[in-house]
Amino acid sequence: MTDHDPRDLGSPAGRYRMLRLIRGFEELALGLVRSGEITGGVHPYIGQEAVAVGVCAALRPRDRITSTHRGHGHVLAKGADPSRLLAELLGRSTGLNRGRGGSMHAADFSLGILGANGMVGAGGAIAVGAAWSARQAGEDRVAVAFFGDGALNQGVLLESFNLAAMWRLPVLFVCENNGYATTLPAATAVAGSATGRAAAFGIPAAEVDGMDTEAVRTAAAEAVERASTGGGPGFLECRTYRFEGHHTMERLMKLRYRTPEEVADWRGLDPLPRAAALLPPGLAERLDASVEQQLRAAREFALASEHPSPAGASDHLYADGLRPRAGSAA
Amino acid sequence: MRLSYTKALNRALTDALAEDPAVCVFGEDIGAGLAGPTLNLLDRFGPGRIVDTPLSEQAFTSMAIGAALTGRRPVIEFQIPSLLFLVFEQLVNQAHKFSLMTGGQAAVPLTCLVPGSGSRDGWAGQHSDHPYGLFAHAGVKTVVPATPTDAYGLLRSAIADPDPVVVFAPAAALPVRETVTWELAPVPLGSARIHRAGTDVTVVAVGHLVHDALAVAAELAPEVSVEVFDPRTLHPFDWTALAASLERTGRLVVIDDSNRSCGIGAEVLATAAEEMRLLVPPRRITRPDGTVLPFAPALDRALQPGRDQLRDAVLDVVKHRLPVPPHGEDRIR
Repeated sequence: MTDHDPRDLGSPAGRYRMLRLIRGFEELALGLVRSGEITGGVHPYIGQEAVAVGVCAALRPRDRITSTHRGHGHVLAKGADPSRLLAELLGRSTGLNRGRGGSMHAADFSLGILGANGMVGAGGAIAVGAAWSARQAGEDRVAVAFFGDGALNQGVLLESFNLAAMWRLPVLFVCENNGYATTLPAATAVAGSATGRAAAFGIPAAEVDGMDTEAVRTAAAEAVERASTGGGPGFLECRTYRFEGHHTMERLMKLRYRTPEEVADWRGLDPLPRAAALLPPGLAERLDASVEQQLRAAREFALASEHPSPAGASDHLYADGLRPRAGSAA
Repeated sequence: MRLSYTKALNRALTDALAEDPAVCVFGEDIGAGLAGPTLNLLDRFGPGRIVDTPLSEQAFTSMAIGAALTGRRPVIEFQIPSLLFLVFEQLVNQAHKFSLMTGGQAAVPLTCLVPGSGSRDGWAGQHSDHPYGLFAHAGVKTVVPATPTDAYGLLRSAIADPDPVVVFAPAAALPVRETVTWELAPVPLGSARIHRAGTDVTVVAVGHLVHDALAVAAELAPEVSVEVFDPRTLHPFDWTALAASLERTGRLVVIDDSNRSCGIGAEVLATAAEEMRLLVPPRRITRPDGTVLPFAPALDRALQPGRDQLRDAVLDVVKHRLPVPPHGEDRIR
């Protein structure tokens, strides 16, 4: 049993537990991809956990996030139920999205998770809209847009920097620079610097060690405080690394865009041992055990859940319940 | 009351803004009211709800989606129809897909208004498209009002709808004025309108072409009895009303300002052929395949569907009905 709310990121123990939950969830998902139970594969977040946990530790429950194709970490750190996220990855009716979204579109609007998004950079301006909306409604809610270094070259994201800055909106742009847009090194793709781009729009920008949960949390807390008190947007470049491939299918392809030495160097900066070192002796092991138990239950729940009925394949296409014509005439 | 099409759009926006504080408007030059429908809105509702945007269509469209996902009911005005190509990702790949992809958690009540779609004499290749068929094909709710009262009513319904809706206000319909003696009211999406009842042939006319169809119908009466059918909404299309009209007439001509291949006219013919009563092969008048409208006015008009083609098509589908004229001459011509 856990001795605290497993979603509470307010203490080093809570943050460590969430890092471990995300790591364990991703390992579980990788296994289910290998066994063929998850179709379509996933984009594993392993290695980048400190960013999701550090940022979400600085958020209030009412704050909102938009996420990416590599979104499991963000969705879990914002409080989503791992059982229902796993059920979604397995395409089950009990999934967060009733099996209609899968890994790349996982969302839980009741928790302010406006969705992972399959288009690189797309979440940036959606978060800006959520921030605008909150201000219109007179609510103190910050919106966070997570995106990778690849998104820095999407024009719509740069346009959204401008809108957020012009209108001083309560939004935090979090660039998870894991060094590669799929296989393209950021060093060969991003002219100038990530922070330089944000700074050019007058947005306070900071570079953070994205392998250090506490450093990310401190920087994010400062930006969230500024945004929620009328100080406008912020930008964090979190230097991080994915230990796995861009996508699970990469395992079959023997790509050589990264050297084993480079991967090993970054594995040496693993955020989990660093977070565990802040805890009293024995606590990390107890939290690990509690996560293991939670994930075992999640696996059982998800695999036992029903598959959606093919008769409902077009359910939810329209919010007003409009039924589109079938693909063959009756 | 004499009501212009643009004034009707302005009234619809004003009434929607006054009724529901969640309604807001984004767009370029809307504070000044450059295109017409947003005139005076800034003075009345303020910059918090009437948001003049920089020229960043993709970002402000995404932003409106973010606002729609979190409780607002945004309207975006696009000054020119081709801007919709720029935001196809936002409207089709994001706004339209959120409801299904989230398993019904999210709705995107977003309205896109295009005042001045289709050809505006002299605006050439990049300002003269009429891409309503693309949105209907993608499954985005799509309306093309022909008259001021329908413009008012359909825009009100679009704003109130929980899904994204694109409203095309054809440039050629903007000069239309109507004497209105009744109270303006919402017109439900997905309901067609019979502008003129007839028994010989159903002419399905989209947007401004309704007025051309009415002119041709008047010209051919009483020899030929033309029913002028205005779908008003292209998706969802009022197939029930079309089937009922073809039960009466059994003959079909479509006039549609889309490109020919995969245009909405093609879909109307296909559905009628599969499912409805047709006595003779149907006809359609469209833009040619892959049209790019040239600048010179005579060239621009040469590629647009027009009254002469419609008249010929109507006479062609009804010719078997007419008594064979003496000496083989055509009775009408």
